[in-house]
Amino acid sequence: MNPDAQKVTGAHVTETPMQAERATTIFEKSHPGRRAAALPALDVPDRDVSELLPAGAARARGPRMPEIAEPEIVRHYNRLSRRNFDLDSGFYPLGSCTMKHNPKLHERAAALPGFSRLHPLQPAERAQGALELMWNLERSLSEICGLPHVCLQPSAGSHGELSGLLLTKAYHEDRGEHRTKVLAPDTSHGTNPASVTMAGYETVKVATNERGGVDIDDLRAKADDSVACLMLTNPNTLGLFDENIEEIASIMHGVGATLYYDGANLNAVMGVSRPGDMGFDIVHVNLHKSFTQPHGGGGPGSGPIAVSDRIAPYLPVPRIAQKDGRFELNTDEPKSIGRMRGFQGNFGVFVRSYAYICSLGAEGLKAASETAVLNANYMLAKGREGRVGKYLPVEFDRTCKHEYVLSAAPAKKELNVKALDIAKRLLDFGYHPPTIYFPLLVDEAMMIEPTETETVETLDGFIEALDKILEEAERDPEFVQNAPYTTPVRRLDEAAAARNPVVTQDLDALA
Amino acid sequence: MLDAIGVGSVDDLFNDVPDGVRLQGPLKLPAGKTEDEVYTHLAELAGKNVHADSEISFLGAGMYDHYQPAIVDSILSRSEFLTPYTPYQPEVSQGGLQVMFEYQTAIAELTGMDVSNASVYEGPSAMAAAAYLAKLETGRSRFVVSAAVNPQYRATLKTNAYGYGSSVIEVPAAEGLTDPATLAAAIDDDTAAVFLQNPNFFGAVEDLAALVEAAHAKGALVVCVADPLTLGILAPPGDFGVDICVGEGQTLGNRLDFGGPSFGFFAATQKLIRRMPGRIAGETTDADGRRGWVLTLQTREQHIRREKATSNICTSQALNALAGMIYLSWLGRAGIVEIGELMIKRTAYARETLAAVEGVELLFDAPVVREFAIKLDAPVQTVLDQLALDGINGGYPLGTDYPEHEHGLLVAITERRSRAQIDLLAERLGAAVAAARETVGAEA
Amino acid sequence: MAEEHYPEDLKYHPEHDWARVEGDAATLGITWFAQDALGEIVFFEPPAVGTQLIKDSAYAEVESVKAVSEVIAPLSGEVIEANGALGDAPETINDDPYGEGWMVKIKLADPGEADGLLDVTAYRQHLEEGV
Repeated sequence: MNPDAQKVTGAHVTETPMQAERATTIFEKSHPGRRAAALPALDVPDRDVSELLPAGAARARGPRMPEIAEPEIVRHYNRLSRRNFDLDSGFYPLGSCTMKHNPKLHERAAALPGFSRLHPLQPAERAQGALELMWNLERSLSEICGLPHVCLQPSAGSHGELSGLLLTKAYHEDRGEHRTKVLAPDTSHGTNPASVTMAGYETVKVATNERGGVDIDDLRAKADDSVACLMLTNPNTLGLFDENIEEIASIMHGVGATLYYDGANLNAVMGVSRPGDMGFDIVHVNLHKSFTQPHGGGGPGSGPIAVSDRIAPYLPVPRIAQKDGRFELNTDEPKSIGRMRGFQGNFGVFVRSYAYICSLGAEGLKAASETAVLNANYMLAKGREGRVGKYLPVEFDRTCKHEYVLSAAPAKKELNVKALDIAKRLLDFGYHPPTIYFPLLVDEAMMIEPTETETVETLDGFIEALDKILEEAERDPEFVQNAPYTTPVRRLDEAAAARNPVVTQDLDALA
Repeated sequence: MLDAIGVGSVDDLFNDVPDGVRLQGPLKLPAGKTEDEVYTHLAELAGKNVHADSEISFLGAGMYDHYQPAIVDSILSRSEFLTPYTPYQPEVSQGGLQVMFEYQTAIAELTGMDVSNASVYEGPSAMAAAAYLAKLETGRSRFVVSAAVNPQYRATLKTNAYGYGSSVIEVPAAEGLTDPATLAAAIDDDTAAVFLQNPNFFGAVEDLAALVEAAHAKGALVVCVADPLTLGILAPPGDFGVDICVGEGQTLGNRLDFGGPSFGFFAATQKLIRRMPGRIAGETTDADGRRGWVLTLQTREQHIRREKATSNICTSQALNALAGMIYLSWLGRAGIVEIGELMIKRTAYARETLAAVEGVELLFDAPVVREFAIKLDAPVQTVLDQLALDGINGGYPLGTDYPEHEHGLLVAITERRSRAQIDLLAERLGAAVAAARETVGAEA
Repeated sequence: MAEEHYPEDLKYHPEHDWARVEGDAATLGITWFAQDALGEIVFFEPPAVGTQLIKDSAYAEVESVKAVSEVIAPLSGEVIEANGALGDAPETINDDPYGEGWMVKIKLADPGEADGLLDVTAYRQHLEEGV
């Protein structure tokens, strides 16, 4: 437990050294004439730039980039880095985000010049190693998803969703059908309806039953031949496996719709159950979740899609093909929806995720999912007791998969302490809080995903911290309401930021 | 742990998975490997690729061989930047949020736009995101794009527009430039936006003032794709009144990485800020009055506005944008101008030198900055294959995307291409063209 | 933030909007309950003068940091005045929902429509039923 958290408990709050340090931007550290880069000397005849450009095309005043030497750049960003909490420093049970350990080998492999210095338009015959890696990754994801075809191109989960919906559209239109609706459960992630709109469809919500799964009667009522697709994740955003998945698939296929699997929760079922076997036609995989691409403070990610035979003709180009032991990139696919982005996708992410799959192998991937589920159920069980069970009950009490959702509604009602307050107080204890206020279906939701790479001691420590915070709240709710105390800054005024957005620095004011 | 849960085995935790959807037997994947074995396997795959350090590369067309200073990798390898998620808890994410704010400031300043978001995936999808914004903002549904815009950007726009039923009209680029009158003629009352690139795909500098005027006269927004490393010497798109400026950020300190991850930048006028896609960091204060940053204007985003969101983007490219910000700090106020000047002067030299080679002429005459098109009097692929044997990557064959330029080759110059390398290219290109002509002649 | 209260002289819509009817015109806004549910309001853009509002339909959006809510027209009519001051100070809606936090004034299309709205007693009962 973080000793600082103990120190402030019930005592007066003292400013930490990091809090005392006022944030200064790199532009504010800029000083005329300072620099870091030394560029090659001019080795060709000198020319007047304005003569080389059309009239009016030259920039009158150079852009005001920082003027700062290398040691100060390094210090600036090192100091900033200390104002971040990160997975390598502590437990990060952020539900739906699968914050598992990022093996260090992956960074070394991704930095190999044969990968990192490879131009994306290098002709296939001189990029055989990269294409072979992509091919192997495609085959591995195909096996894990239980679907025959994979396209690695989409840049992230929501980009994969949009790709999948465009594939659905192309599939139906190719059959002469114009469908208008996409069904998604009321527990779905916000990217689902946003992607649906971008693909030109209307979202229709499907209700959740008392077991936390899809309400079959509601689904039946809404499934007709105007429905293009059902978007689902299984286990769902409550962390629960939908036992009716076969029936759901049969209903959707019965009306000619496709079934889309949001792979955000794939970490629960690798090697146990495959979306393709559940009846899904299209799956996106978040390589930055189940397959350990470090999240980088908000990206990069990667969202490959796996599809069934009937969807394959429409996949984005270029497609990797293997011919006589050589790999090539095909763009000549007449029914393809085209491109979702430039080049072949986030290749650097593919290297890391491929390394992960190679390291774990078939048995290791299954063990990863089993351990993720074991860890989540262990935390769930430990949290049934004591204050956690009393004030933060689980919303749907059954065996969960890799994550579960608590409701802080009793804490709010009885202690006047909300999910947000508990989350902020957890920061003082050195933990990243769970995902809060999602899914929307659960009042005061706290969504906990421990992942497989945590020890039982860590899981116990977190439950103890929750108990301790609730104890504090019983004694002094205001203390928890005003948390955090030990973080680089304290609770921030988000309303002021939104009312009067200051999103760039006023460089004129610095001059 | 099983006792605490009250089950006998881990298998019991999967009792809710029906037999019909359970995988029978193990995944058909190889067994796990040691760290050493995996590294060796990957190093072997990497070794099969011819990369930018193992040849002299004049290949560009969207990504470029620039030097990535060592401080970029050094700072990016810090766990505190590498391993957090999106900054949902601002109190413990001030480092990342402040980087976003600095990055937004730098991009707005470079592009001459009012505001920037914290990054999107990459270049082409950034332009597609701008199209969606334009559609929401104007309520119109057509897009007009110059054929001088990078073909991958145009293809990505078309795929996205297909989703929401917008049409994309292409305007030809004769002489390697977009003609304002031709552009104006293609715009109608239902045109949401016009898409330009400067310098364009052929490397040529467009007459942005005239093109923007033509578009605005008909109420269409202007989306301009820019190359950030040329903006030290080129007047920024914002100065010409473009509404949205997007582009590929790879040139700012990011790896080639066979095409990604890099980042896309997305900058716009103040008027459009509430329709911007993606994350935006904003300045505020904490409970004690300390300066700090948060993700702001979140009601634009998918997790709140859901089906009415301005975009579906969630994960973007924070780490790559940090690389961009470190690079811009390294280059600095003087360096961003110097690198632009070095590129334009070397490009001028390369253009003249190559144009003097027998069997080589310029495809277009328009002024260029860092890339230019030539025309070979020989089959382009044959010439490129010969150059490859000499350890030179000669550039990008334009015939791939422009059948009318079957003999065209796009040559890119960076600060890493010296006069000696340019001279070598000229020499070998001359020899390769001559040899290819002989072969063609012999076959004929 | 203001204390919870519901003025006697207003008419209420079940979607938590109020109307102050004066002759053939009415001033519209959102109730204390609505602004409390949203939390700190950060953005409100009123419709332009001349916009036609249709009873029970959304005519604007009001945003807090992490929520967006549609503002429903309790009555039909044409906007004759909009509260532009809310653009710079949307928090006025929290501070004074029935006074300075008013949103638009409309010329009623059908003054008879007001009879269908709830009075304060009925609205309070509606709130107690937990909607």
